[in-house]
Amino acid sequence: MPADIDGLSLSFWILAVVTVGAAVAVVATRNIFRAAIYLVLSFVTIAALYLTLSAEFLAAVQILIYAGAIAVLLIFGIMLTREQRAGSPSGRLSFPALGVAGLVAFALTFVILGSRWNVSQAPLPADNTVAIADALFNQFVLPFELASVLLLAAIIGAIVLVRGSKE
Amino acid sequence: MLADYGYVGLLALVAIAFPVVTLLASKILSYIGVRPQRPSAVKSSTYECGMDTVGEAWVQFNFRYYYYALLFVVFDIETVFLYPWAVYFRKLELFGFIEMLIFILILVVGYLYAWKKQVLEWK
Repeated sequence: MPADIDGLSLSFWILAVVTVGAAVAVVATRNIFRAAIYLVLSFVTIAALYLTLSAEFLAAVQILIYAGAIAVLLIFGIMLTREQRAGSPSGRLSFPALGVAGLVAFALTFVILGSRWNVSQAPLPADNTVAIADALFNQFVLPFELASVLLLAAIIGAIVLVRGSKE
Repeated sequence: MLADYGYVGLLALVAIAFPVVTLLASKILSYIGVRPQRPSAVKSSTYECGMDTVGEAWVQFNFRYYYYALLFVVFDIETVFLYPWAVYFRKLELFGFIEMLIFILILVVGYLYAWKKQVLEWK
């Protein structure tokens, strides 16, 4: 079915261009709040990319955690500061930062291109959310319950840390 | 399965096209001279038919909101676990129900702690 594959690669390229464009806008925008909104846009388009790879659960997690939780924390962080429109003034460190970023990008590209990726030959499960649920709720019951203990520790820790300065 | 998400993509395209077409039509019509353009101070205000705004929209949030953000994050992550559970619920039966009940009860302890510490109260 060549028509289907064409649609997929078309949507891939649209999403890829929007994702990269939004990511560039995050860095290029002076207004830090708008930069955060562009970041959310790139998170959402990455979720859509996961959907095109049939990774529905991952897409849902991407939307919930990245576009939801992390975006909320970021935007709260911005709105809690004074002068949120000013953003970060460009300092003398911009050239060293460019150098370090370039080095990291070079290293990442080198590793990605150089490593041998193990591609699974097993057929894709028809509904991989069900496969994940089966693993999570039948095989890994204890780790699943422990996750809630971890979240509980996170709630209590967060409240203690935020309240701490007041006493 | 994947084709179903095509409709989501289609909806997204329509959603993007709608404001673009609307604004463009307005621009074109004003260019041709069909749409009159007589701006006034009231028309250009933020809420033409509402209260006059006071101050700026860019204000510093009270840090107490941060508690809500932190609690939201934790319960947001809980939802991540609820999603596959809901998809698979029929096959899990009672065991799955009890499993999720324990999971949520442990998190409710955190909620009660937040309640007890009065971080959800508005002063």
